Amino acid sequence: MKFLEKLVDKMEPNFEKGGKYEKWFPLFDGFATFLFTPKHTTKKGVHIRDAVDLKRTMNTVIQALVPCLLFGIWNTGFQHYKALGLLEEFGFLEQLIFGAIEVLPIVVVSYAVGLGVEFAFCIYKGHPIEEGFLVSGMLIPLIVPASTPLWMVVIATAFAVVFCKEVFGGTGMNILNPALTARAFLFFSYPKQMSGDAVWVDSSIPEGYVTAADGVTLLNKVGEAVGSIDATAGATQLSKWNSTIAAVNDAATEAAGKIKVDEIMDSTYSLWEQIAGHMPGSIGETSAIAILIGAGLLLHTGVASWKIMASGLFGALFMTLIFNTAAANPYMAQVGPLDQITAGGFLFGLVFMATDPVSAAQTEVGKVLYGFFIGVIAIMIRVFNPAYPEGVMLAILFMNVMAPLLDHYVIAGNIKERLARAKLHSSNH
Amino acid sequence: MSLQIKLKKGGNIKLKGVANRTVVDAPASDVVAIKPQDFHGVIPKLILREGAKVKAGTPIFFDKENADIKFSSPVSGEIVEIVRGARRVILEIRIKTDGANTAEDFGATDIASATKETLTEKLLNGGLWPLIKQRPFDCIANPSDSPKAVFVSAFDTSPLAPDYDFVLEGRSEDFQVGLDALAKFSKTGVVNLNVPAEKEIRFNEDDTFIYSDDTGKQIEIDYKTASNASSTSGSSKAIKAITDVYSKPGEIFTKASNVFVAEFEGEHPAGNVGIQIHHINPINKGEAVWTVNVQDVAMIGNFLRTGTLTAKKIIAVTGSEVAAPKYYNVTVGQNLAGIFEGNIKAAEEAPRFISGNALTGTKVEKDGFLGFYDNQLTVLPEGNQYDLFGWMVPIQPNKFSLSHTLWSWLTPSKAYRLNTNINGEARAFVVSNEYDQLLPMNIYPVQLLKSCLVEDIDAMEGLGIYEIVPEDLALCEFACTSKQPVQQILQAGLDLVKVECA
Repeated sequence: MKFLEKLVDKMEPNFEKGGKYEKWFPLFDGFATFLFTPKHTTKKGVHIRDAVDLKRTMNTVIQALVPCLLFGIWNTGFQHYKALGLLEEFGFLEQLIFGAIEVLPIVVVSYAVGLGVEFAFCIYKGHPIEEGFLVSGMLIPLIVPASTPLWMVVIATAFAVVFCKEVFGGTGMNILNPALTARAFLFFSYPKQMSGDAVWVDSSIPEGYVTAADGVTLLNKVGEAVGSIDATAGATQLSKWNSTIAAVNDAATEAAGKIKVDEIMDSTYSLWEQIAGHMPGSIGETSAIAILIGAGLLLHTGVASWKIMASGLFGALFMTLIFNTAAANPYMAQVGPLDQITAGGFLFGLVFMATDPVSAAQTEVGKVLYGFFIGVIAIMIRVFNPAYPEGVMLAILFMNVMAPLLDHYVIAGNIKERLARAKLHSSNH
Repeated sequence: MSLQIKLKKGGNIKLKGVANRTVVDAPASDVVAIKPQDFHGVIPKLILREGAKVKAGTPIFFDKENADIKFSSPVSGEIVEIVRGARRVILEIRIKTDGANTAEDFGATDIASATKETLTEKLLNGGLWPLIKQRPFDCIANPSDSPKAVFVSAFDTSPLAPDYDFVLEGRSEDFQVGLDALAKFSKTGVVNLNVPAEKEIRFNEDDTFIYSDDTGKQIEIDYKTASNASSTSGSSKAIKAITDVYSKPGEIFTKASNVFVAEFEGEHPAGNVGIQIHHINPINKGEAVWTVNVQDVAMIGNFLRTGTLTAKKIIAVTGSEVAAPKYYNVTVGQNLAGIFEGNIKAAEEAPRFISGNALTGTKVEKDGFLGFYDNQLTVLPEGNQYDLFGWMVPIQPNKFSLSHTLWSWLTPSKAYRLNTNINGEARAFVVSNEYDQLLPMNIYPVQLLKSCLVEDIDAMEGLGIYEIVPEDLALCEFACTSKQPVQQILQAGLDLVKVECA
């Protein structure tokens, strides 16, 4: 590796102030520091520094996301063949391959666009390339449906990086979580393509397989399958629950409504499916097990706050139990706390998005409140709002906005305490 | 024990090169230097010029802002050179020793009858006043103030810090006189002396431990073989003896009078006097607390007893690059060449020489001079080399992290040979609660630093800038994921508040 070190040393003067490619220094620096921890030594202040840096911290989060990514890839293929009724013909490996073909381009596009925009801003503003997008670039693919067109990923990513992060000053300065902003952008800009029951599973005919050795029989089967696709095969757990509200409202008689609701409730996914995650949903959000593995790493390394996770869980439990007690409609009455927590994007959002240290509350008391309200609001939106089957995204974004306010009051409390102490002291004299 | 305080926040950094418990006299220093820049905020006005003959205790310069505060020569000899830097700022005043060790005689003080005023005058004239510092701001105390308390920390928890029980062995008389004198300044009438609840027994690198038995004989025992031996063996008894004696604060502290003793338990920065003040008698706006280093208390005591200045102290020479780390008996302002010569491990690249510890010390040259307030020298390898994918690999035996993102948490008792590499690049504040976990104070460090950055004095006051000094945040700076210059930011804030409000 000595030759690489020499190469970096040799190239560096060209990019430094007064060098030929001075403007491109951030780009050079970005690549050089990706390859090597730089040889800079301490000048003032402490003489030794901890081995942790932002690259390592971000890398830890990416490692924590790997189980979700791998499971998401397989599940995408699994759901696809399940919808077509071809699970027997296409085994684990083929499911994995189909999933990879669907998911990996989204990952690549997300990184390419996001990093491209970041590089452009860094060169324009002359600040070093920062690591924040390494995580956002992985989060964006995991919170969109596998069938999201790539051009939408491009626009959403570019929007999030520019308007959520760079205009505020880059990594560490943003108010909202960039990945969730990308998701919200898709959700509100392309409601037709981004909601409903059909978006979660790609149920188009698998190209290429029709020409397989036993192509003829397969072709027939595929043809049959496509003909018989159930329009709601791709419905997520949450949209099923959500549709119970409409069912009650739509039904001419109460009895008819009740029968419809029972039908829907009978068709929901089991708790095991929710925990293991082989059900429709955004790519990375479905498996509670994969998320919890990631959560374990984040909590062990201290990269994510356990206070946010714990209070978020508590908030969701609290709200669900209130709804269960109120039981004003079948959704409230029949969906229990464990169902709510393991369904949809709640766990994923709580573990990976709510704990983003930049957009979350910064004080420890603030974090507890912040997490609690995310849990409460997420469940409230799910149950109350027929237009939004999932409430986690909006809950986190809302609390991102409120976090500085929470911190403000916590800090003001500390200042007040100090003032009171000073007053008490001076009155004793 | 009257007061016990347990601190949960903090962290220890274990470095290689703990000083062996032996004291040797440092090679006589031909030239000593006083560095005015050791006294933050002091603008030096010279009293004597090159060529002037001085004795130990002869004033050389005073502070332009407060002409009473004089700085004196630690030795007898002749001022040979005044080293100036940019804009003619005085960097060093070099004094060539004449070896005669003559000293100005200020007359012995009867401590029992001495008043605060006579003590002030004596310490100012003898040039010992600069040893007394004040909080807020960690500057030299204002002689006309009356502090609400005087604090002395009897231990230091920073990396490779000297063991003050050992350093002060046999100096209880000097120490007690120093305490008696300082107690007269305090509104509480006593000195707050803070001792560790339990001291870590620091074995030498080869797992040996040297101690003196009852008869004063030096005994060296090997921890490894001793702990393996059966319980009846002599060395096992010795281990127990060591543990019994050396894990407790020494008698010089526990038997001191005119003090209020508090026991502190916890990791670094529990030994920082600022942390201790915060938990016992926190500073409000407009108040002052004085602090004196524990060894300097003995120096003050010795001066008052004898009437002459003996500017000697024992320092720990430590660090992974020192061949034989041990304690040295040195003169204040000692030239370091004699200490380092032949005592540095061979290496391709010159190591970093630090006067002070690895967190708060000052970089010096190999033939530089000891800092006025420093009780320790640290020599560490420089880290100016690349590290391929250094930010990614989780298992790196030579890297240490207080976080769990590296695997160094698996080996909590391992001592490291850390170098001066920054291990990353400076970034904006991203990670939260990182500093809070390392600062055992009811202060929000990141918010305080941000108020320093935007120069919002109201916010700084509200967030507790009067209670904190850079050394209290040094551990946060070490741990900072974003590699922020924490101490520098806080110092700038303190300087601003001092100019505007004090």
